[in-house]
Parts: sequence; structure tokens; C-alpha cells
Amino acid sequence: MFNSIVMVKQVPDTANISGKVMKDDGTVNRTKLPAIFNHEDRVALELALQVKEKYGGKVIAITMGPPRASDILRECLYMGTDETYLISDRKFAGADTLATSYVLSEVIKKIGGYDFIFAGRQAIDGDTAQVGPQTAEKLGIPQITYTEEILDVNKNKIKIKRKIDGGYEIVESTLPVLITVLKNVVSPRPFSSKRVMAFKNAKSVLDLEKLAEENSLLYTDKLIHEYKERNLLINTFTMDDLNLDIKRCGIAGSPTKVHKVESVILKGGNQIRVEPTKAGLNNLIEQLMTDHIFG
Amino acid sequence: MNFQNEVMVFIEQRDGKPADVSFELLCKGHKLAEAMNGKLKSVVIGAGVEEIAKETFRFGADETLLVDHPLLRNYRTLPYSRILNDIVKSRVPRIVLFGATVIGRDLAPRVASYTKSGLTADCTDLQISDVKYLNHEYPKLLLQIRPAFGGNIIATIITPDVPTQMATVREGVMELTPIEKPNEIKITRIEYKPDPVDELVQIIEQHRENNKVNLKAAPIIVAGGYGLSTKENFKLVEELAHTIGGEVAGSRAAVDAGFVTPDRQVGQTGVTVRPKLYIAVGISGAIQHRAGMQESNKIIAINTDPEAPIFEIAHYGIVGDAAEIIPVFIEAYKHKLK
Repeated sequence: MFNSIVMVKQVPDTANISGKVMKDDGTVNRTKLPAIFNHEDRVALELALQVKEKYGGKVIAITMGPPRASDILRECLYMGTDETYLISDRKFAGADTLATSYVLSEVIKKIGGYDFIFAGRQAIDGDTAQVGPQTAEKLGIPQITYTEEILDVNKNKIKIKRKIDGGYEIVESTLPVLITVLKNVVSPRPFSSKRVMAFKNAKSVLDLEKLAEENSLLYTDKLIHEYKERNLLINTFTMDDLNLDIKRCGIAGSPTKVHKVESVILKGGNQIRVEPTKAGLNNLIEQLMTDHIFG
Repeated sequence: MNFQNEVMVFIEQRDGKPADVSFELLCKGHKLAEAMNGKLKSVVIGAGVEEIAKETFRFGADETLLVDHPLLRNYRTLPYSRILNDIVKSRVPRIVLFGATVIGRDLAPRVASYTKSGLTADCTDLQISDVKYLNHEYPKLLLQIRPAFGGNIIATIITPDVPTQMATVREGVMELTPIEKPNEIKITRIEYKPDPVDELVQIIEQHRENNKVNLKAAPIIVAGGYGLSTKENFKLVEELAHTIGGEVAGSRAAVDAGFVTPDRQVGQTGVTVRPKLYIAVGISGAIQHRAGMQESNKIIAINTDPEAPIFEIAHYGIVGDAAEIIPVFIEAYKHKLK
């Protein structure tokens, strides 16, 4: 039996971004972008689910983000996750990787009882690959990044094949360990239709608070109790639920700041058009010979 | 804020050989140190790596810290990060640079987390500048410049309020030029004290291909893109490269289409190159590709689409069908240089 915590992230779909979605302070206006489940995190979840199927245990998915990040936690449930946690508070907003890993590591300490922490190698909105190692450091556990394959798990060890510069290596780590996963190492399973039916109404405490706000007949505490009974509660941590140093959260806890953001401008201008003819190409080759590139 | 006015570069080695990117960083670090009137330091960790430490002085190091121990032969996260944690914590360098390699991206965040430093990943440029940020004046900050959001945006990141500014830097983007007169060798040995924690992860085996293509060293590169449509057409690229003595490369789309192997991919997720001549055939010139080749000395673009962005950075543009142009090019070349 091995228990896994999977760190997942909802990311803006960076395939289609323009300067219009950036706020003046250089951070992204996420509300203007389609939000998707970061692919590598989904691959990490798949690996965790495979470990569970093979060796038994429990899979817990956690995410930090705005309230609507509960979307991807529902997707985790559709794939087979046992428990989910949403970590959401305005005070966490604007966090860089250091502040993010601080909050995540405190949440993981609170959840406890894990053998593995899985995460994608990096998220497409920042491509930093930093949150995994920084979380491992804060938890004081080893890390295995760039994982390609889990070869074996036994009692208190895991054997992994990982990418290195120019090749691969096989390493063995004691547990617990944090593992980050490369894309395309396994295909994430499709949603189980049964689980979609079972969990499509799963809600976070923040969702329920909103429901209660909109309908005077509903009370948050009662709703939470009810959803918990029906196994539809997405556990939720806000600042108040955690014993955190506020100076280490959000913008205040982030040493890196975005100073300037520029859309990419092409330089160019001095280009010489060469006719696609024999004469044109002859001239080009002569020019390159004069420049000592050819010959 | 208390810190040493120094730039520190982590020198990465694999199988006892230094990584190019580390020396590239020394060259850049040398310039940064000058701009802030500071010193350039480097850290070499490994087993039997004194020669590497000596080499750093050719690239401008003022002092190199050497941690040499049989247990440190191969990079492993825990011992290496523990060593650097101690060095950074006790010395508090103003800047620490790592290559944005698998090793650098594994190690740097761990050290940044421990020392609560700011860390910016995958920088493509670094500068020293006075900065005004939120009505505060910050003298001589490190500008950490990197593409963001899929390469659509160039962001400048700063780390104004902590003593140590850290960055990982992509391979091949900084120029590698030894300084005119090497600095005097000044190696400071630091003792490694083994700890059980360092042994939590063991390397069972390691495979590295040493004979892989070295695009970075090629003076001429002929690269093909998805515009070539078929593997047959891509052969023309190979023929051209063969004729003019160049290496074959491809865009990501060409790699994804199976026209060329991933180790020959140029661009943001591949290799960054700066050859004397870069011929881009059927490559539209997405920002991710340009990021990997725009510093080439001369660029020739061949594309059927006259509006293709690749023409914006090309020195010579040829609008037309590569399948027709390349054979003529080869013929003309053979005729001129036989």
C-alpha cells in the first residue's frame, strides 16, 4: 500500500495569448483565458493511479488556484482520484514558485501520510519546473525529476528511470520521495463515465459558500455536511484553515517580480531578396564565398 | 541587505567533463561582475575535477571553490544541493547562475528554496541595470530576461528585495569567448562532509550517448520544416547539407512529423545555435524556432509563403518551392566550388 499526493495545476491555455490578457503589473489576467488541466500534471496523476492499481493505496489530488480551479479536481475525480483538496485564497494570489511551494508544502504536511508526491515536470504558463523541487526541499525529502518510467516499488524504495542530459539513468530512492514526470511517458486515462456521473456535482467549500450566499434557504455548514455525507466535497483550505506565515504567501512571499513585459517584435529589415533562379542563386553563392562562409 | 558583491557560477560536469553552458555562463558572469564592480566566482563539484577548476580562470573566474570527493563523482540532488546551500548561505553571493540543463533545473530550485532566494528559469539574456520599481530605486539589479507564455512574450524579471538573485540560463545563448589573458589561478578547496541524507537516492546505472550530433559546433546548418510536407522532400535538405558541408537540423514540427530525429531540433525546446550560416527551408519561423537560431551570423530562408515570419530575420530570402530551388542551389554550388 502506497499513498500518493498529486500536485496539479489549472493553467491558462498559452497556445493563444496576446498582450491583451496581461495586466499592468505583468501578471496574467486569467479570467480572459481558457483554463485547462496542465498536461504534465495529468500524466503525473495517471502514474499515481497506476501505482495505486498495482500496489494498493490512496491517491489524493491537490491544487492551489482561484475557486474555479476546482474544475480540474473534478477531472481528477473522474479519472479515479480518491480525495481532492482546493487551496484557495486571495492572499495566495500573485505567488511565484517560492511562495507557492511554501503553501503547498504546508498543506502536504497537514494532509500527511504519503509515500509519494507526484507532479508534472513543469506547467505551461511558466515553464519553470521549480515548484516540485522547491516543495521537496521544504518537506526535507528527496526528489526525482524528469521521470520517464517507474520500474519498481517495494517496501520502502522506488526504482525510476529518468532523463539526464544526453541519456538516461536509473535511480533508487527511499520513501517518501517527490517525483516529477515528463510529458508523454504514459497516456492519461479517459474519464470513467460512471465516475463522471458520480462526481459531476462535487463542490468545494467555496462553491458551497457561494450557493448559500445566493439562496437564503441554504446554510454553508449544512451544505458542507451534506456534501461530505454524499462524498461530493472537495476539501478546501483557505488562509484561515492553515497555520501560515502571511509574509511568505502570495506577492509578499515572492522574491521574483515581473518588471517588464514585451510582446515579441521581429527585428529584420535588411533582408536581400534572392530570385529563385540559377542566376540569383549563383550571385548568392558568390556573396557567401566573399564572406568566407563558403569555400 | 548584506551580500557579497559577486557573481557565482555553478560549473556543471558530466563524467568529469565540464558542460559548455557553464563556461558560457562564466563569460557572461564576467561581464555582469564588471558591470557591478564585483568579482566572478565559480563552484566546481565532483571527483577528480581540479582540472575543470583550473579551466575556469580562462573564462574570467577570480576565484573557484572546489569540492572534490569520490562520493561526488556523479550529480545527485541531495549532496550537491546541500553543498551549495551551505556556500550560498554562508557567503551570500549577489548573483548565482546555473545552466538550464536537467541538472541545473533540478538543483537551482532546491538551493533557491533553502536560501529563500529569487529564481528565474530559462533566461535568454541577463543584464545589470538600475531599476525603479514601485517607487523604489534599486541600484545594479540583475535583469533576468526570458520568453514566457509559449514564447509570445518576453518578460524581464527582477528580484529586488532579497540578497541573492538566481537564474538558470539556456545553453548556447551566451557567447563563449575566453578572456584575453587568463586570470591567476586561485582555487579554494571546501571539505565535503558526507551525510546519510546524501545517500537516500542512489544511481544504479547511467547511459549517455557520447557520439551524438553537436549542432552547436557546426559552422553551417541546413534546417528543414514542416513546409517540406514529406520525408522525401526532407531528403533535399540532407543533400544540400551534405554538399555544402553542413549539419542537418529541423524545426519542432519537422521532428514531430518524423522527418528528423529530436537530437537535431533547433528552437526553444531544442538546441540553440549560432552558426556562420543557417539555411531555413520550409520553416515558417515561429518565435520558438527563431529563439534557437536568430543569432546566426547569416540566415538564408527558403519558403513558398512570402509573408512567412522567417523572412523578417533572414539576411537572404528566397521565395519559392524548395523542391525546385535546392537542386539548382546544389548544382550552382558544385559548379562554383569544384
